[in-house]
Amino acid sequence: MNHFPEAWGRPRDDIYGSYNPQFLPNSHAQQSGHPTTHTQSPIVTGTSVIAVKYKDGVVIAADNLASYGSLARFTDVHRLKPFNKKAVVGFGGDVSDMQYLDRLLNSLDVKENYSHGHDDAESDKALMSAKNLHTYLSKVMYKRRSDFNPLWNALLVCGLSEDGTPFLASVDLLGTTFSAPTLATGFGAHLAQPILRRVVPDEAASKALDKEAAVAAVKECMKVLFYRDARSMNEYSIAVVDKSGVDLKQKEKLEGQSWAFAEQIKGYGTQTV
Amino acid sequence: MFRNNYDNDSVTFSPQGRIFQVEYAQEAVKQGSVVVGIVSKTHAVLAALKRNAEELSSYQQKIIPIDAHYGLALAGLASDARVLSNFMKQQSLASRLTYDRPIALADITARIGDRAQTNTQQYGKRPYGVGLLIAGVDARGPHLFEFQPSGVTQEMVACGIGARSQMARTYLERHLESFESSSRDELIKHALRAVKESLSQDKELTLDNTSLAVSGVDEPFKLYEGEEVVNFLETTFERREEGDEGQAAGEGMEVDS
Repeated sequence: MNHFPEAWGRPRDDIYGSYNPQFLPNSHAQQSGHPTTHTQSPIVTGTSVIAVKYKDGVVIAADNLASYGSLARFTDVHRLKPFNKKAVVGFGGDVSDMQYLDRLLNSLDVKENYSHGHDDAESDKALMSAKNLHTYLSKVMYKRRSDFNPLWNALLVCGLSEDGTPFLASVDLLGTTFSAPTLATGFGAHLAQPILRRVVPDEAASKALDKEAAVAAVKECMKVLFYRDARSMNEYSIAVVDKSGVDLKQKEKLEGQSWAFAEQIKGYGTQTV
Repeated sequence: MFRNNYDNDSVTFSPQGRIFQVEYAQEAVKQGSVVVGIVSKTHAVLAALKRNAEELSSYQQKIIPIDAHYGLALAGLASDARVLSNFMKQQSLASRLTYDRPIALADITARIGDRAQTNTQQYGKRPYGVGLLIAGVDARGPHLFEFQPSGVTQEMVACGIGARSQMARTYLERHLESFESSSRDELIKHALRAVKESLSQDKELTLDNTSLAVSGVDEPFKLYEGEEVVNFLETTFERREEGDEGQAAGEGMEVDS
């Protein structure tokens, strides 16, 4: 096996000859003679985002940590971004790409308010809904992956659709979309999603779920994620979106932790079995 | 001899502060046959009189459906209207593709307004010679917008543009108060009557020369032409004609006695 990561996934030089940089645009033609690749892997990353639909809204949460590899680099990064009164976007993955998307969403919001911004009930109906926002973001993500310059994120878009029903859907760096009553990105897809599905197995269960139960389920999942995800922390943001708007809390602390289970874990780390 | 020196292009003001090319374009709107639009709380209606160039030819299209939720009626150069309507169709489709939502009527109207205005500001360009009534229903309810070659756009409750449209507007002004609470059928009747007001003496609304389009909350924009307008014409003018006949007969009797 070749031990140079640069060569992985590429045609072998000894068979196909070396990479021909001739056609690369000038801005990309560097000494290496290879295309720019630094935009094609994440650097500073956020971990899971989790969300649950309940009968009149959506609960979404993500912790405040931005990791530099395995280093817990920034502990005050808010990865839930509200959009007008109807939607919240949760960002997993690369933090600089999140900041780019955040600026993009801000300019979109300004444009929307410029063309039909009145602060009354009638105008609220015409506000861009979470569904509209999700469609837009999916096109942005797919466009960027088609440029071979993906935005390295997994997004959860939640809020209300035009008719006022709760909406929750995801987009990832490939532009793939998916929707379900409960969603989780990153490690959460493995650790939190099964727990959330136990509470909300299907659409009908989500219609019966009340806000308190939804928030409790999400908080429980944040705790489990902190127990088992090594790129997580105990401070997180949680948002509830319903008809009354977005209720975003950015400095929540995990409650009622119990590490008793840790003593039972054997077989790796510093212990000798 | 008294040639106007200030109407060669659309970028030159006259000393009186007018831009003649734009005013000429507005004259083109007045040459077109009449179109009328009205909105109520629940519906938006367009009605138009179609003209045929000669007896043997077909009638010029006056109402163009753009998207499922709205369409437009034109007065003036039909070819300019086609350019604008193609642009509107593209923009409407783009809105549905990128945002999955029907474009707001205020939005699309502003966009063609901007486009028309740049034509009045660049050397070598000419203003569009067409006036439009844009009607339909979006997230904020039914709307009617008027578009002029100058790039001016206005939201209207009711509007008539085109040849002899003053008569239609007079009718609309007379019934202004009743539009908001009108039902679908009443609104259609008002629109058809307003168009009829503008007709010259020797003309009548027939299934060939009448175009009608209706859209409402939860009712997609639909264009009615030919056989489909017969019912609307009958129900709208039936009573009036009876009344006219009755009056004529009465007058006749009086003359007799």
